[in-house]
Amino acid sequence: MLATNYRGKRRIRVDKDAPMPEIRHPQDSIIKVTRTCICGSDLHLYNGNVPDTRIGSVFGHEFVGTVTEIGSEVTNIKVGDHVIVPFNIACGECIFCEQELYASCHESNAQSTALGGIFGYSHIAGGHQGGQAEYVRVPYSNVGPVVIPENMDLDDAVLLTDILPTGYQAAEMGGIQKGDTVVVFGAGPVGIMAAKCAWLFGAGRVIVIDKEEYRLDFVKKYANCEVYNFLSMDDPVRFIKQITDWLGADVCIDAVGAEAAGDALQTITGRKLLLQAGSATALQWAINSVRKGGIVSVVGVYGPTGNLVPIGNVVNKGITIRAGQASVKRLLPRLIKHVQDGIISPKELITHRIPLEEAADAYRMFSEKLDYIIKPVLIPPSVTY
Amino acid sequence: MNNEIKDHSHIKGWGVDADKKNDPTYPMQNRIDGPSKYERKSQNQQPVLQEVLHSNERPNVSAVTGLGPEPSGLSGKLRRFAFEHGEGEFSHWIPLILADRINAVEGIVNDIKDGRFPDIIKEKGWPAQWKHDKKGLIKKLAVYGAITVGTIWLLRGKGDK
Ligand SMILES: NC(=O)c1ccc[n+]([C@@H]2O[C@H](COP(=O)([O-])OP(=O)(O)OC[C@H]3O[C@@H](n4cnc5c(N)ncnc54)[C@H](O)[C@@H]3O)[C@@H](O)[C@H]2O)c1
Ligand SMILES: [Zn+2]
Ligand SMILES: [Zn+2]
Repeated sequence: MLATNYRGKRRIRVDKDAPMPEIRHPQDSIIKVTRTCICGSDLHLYNGNVPDTRIGSVFGHEFVGTVTEIGSEVTNIKVGDHVIVPFNIACGECIFCEQELYASCHESNAQSTALGGIFGYSHIAGGHQGGQAEYVRVPYSNVGPVVIPENMDLDDAVLLTDILPTGYQAAEMGGIQKGDTVVVFGAGPVGIMAAKCAWLFGAGRVIVIDKEEYRLDFVKKYANCEVYNFLSMDDPVRFIKQITDWLGADVCIDAVGAEAAGDALQTITGRKLLLQAGSATALQWAINSVRKGGIVSVVGVYGPTGNLVPIGNVVNKGITIRAGQASVKRLLPRLIKHVQDGIISPKELITHRIPLEEAADAYRMFSEKLDYIIKPVLIPPSVTY
Repeated sequence: MNNEIKDHSHIKGWGVDADKKNDPTYPMQNRIDGPSKYERKSQNQQPVLQEVLHSNERPNVSAVTGLGPEPSGLSGKLRRFAFEHGEGEFSHWIPLILADRINAVEGIVNDIKDGRFPDIIKEKGWPAQWKHDKKGLIKKLAVYGAITVGTIWLLRGKGDK
């Protein structure tokens, strides 16, 4: 089968003769992928910044597809079903899954106790092969996969595997109260969704900060928010204070993570020298520009070692930090409904449809923000719809 | 947590201010009452047919494991060493970061051994950069070129002395 194959820092090959995945556990199923996206999270892997990313790994945690084979204990889905597969691999029974912390499953990742299993996300996330391929093995198929409702567009469905739930949870973790001012750092797909969802919780004002003018233009229209380009600011923190009555925002959301730009010291130590687990610029700005007693919600992803963040300010300002990988399964019923009710239309974020064979080009484009890219979807050659 | 449910009635005022909603994870965590305990329920163990390194902060391999590349070669040795150390230790992460770099070289060597010369230009997506951002690509190549020439010049300068 066709599959992406990680060959080293910023090198992706597409193999035509990759081995077909097999059922290895009674709750496994095999899915034939019909849509798969590249995510901002994949860029951390692509840039070689996630430890234990082994050569030969297949990336990809955002995919939908049809079930071609099921294990002996799979009862929740059947061959032929077209399913949404949450990016988290969750057993549904461990103490964390029981509490709906599906991103923290204890039985899907042997390599790290900080994180549950994630498809195609290095051995830190369990070493599971991912969905940027024609076929993928889906463990715990009674728990994760959800049949795509009739009439739902596949492009909407594939954004329900991660991007919409993550943006929604970013807003949810902000504990937004009616009238609150919310600042979202990052106008990538996650930040765009966070801005959109902030309104659902009753925000009074939503502000998005990025450096890519075309993304700011998009989110301004898509999520009716105020947008500002940090490249035109001397000091983004002071700027936010200034536009929030000199108090700071009630809620700040970090939807950027480890690849953040904007601060030379953070960039050099975090992204070039790997002295910290990525550049923590956006998180630093979020902490410094939230009001005293405010809430910082972090969905931007960082590596496992450590980062330079102004923890003293967190203490002095009495800030609450809430963070997490999105618990997709917990949110899916509600978000499917929001999509069906027309409250959110995720597919508008998709700017590029690229054949799976051209994954290397797609990675380069998404990473370098070429051709006004917002969200690329990869389509396997056998899929004609 | 991790305590058996005990009778705390001898502690004056025990629990008088307890408030389920005073939980920053509320309502996203469907908290269960009582002590947290590690137990396997009906999750069957996937047969472990390949080498799975597991964190030393857990007693076992998770019920389900990934089937991604196994540790191999020199990078594999480093990975095995890394997993002897806890997730909070640099002695866990530094060997892994190093192993990733070595693994990339091993990948090239193995490709060549298999008669498959890596097409690095394609793998790096340069054609897309050329198509959409010629200027950026030329600038990047110029910078890399200058660094290479500079390094060679410096090294040669040293050699001359
Ligand atoms: N927690 C989760 O479950 C989860 C799920 C998906 C993605 N993520 C993470 O969310 C983050 C964003 O993902 P994405 O797909 O939108 O990625 P993306 O790379 O497309 O977007 C990131 C955006 O941040 C901008 N940016 C860079 N530095 C900035 C700064 N200092 N301030 C403001 N903006 C800045 C970039 O220009 C870019 O537009 C990533 O870290 C990704 O790993 C987390
Ligand atoms: Zn993602
Ligand atoms: Zn679990």
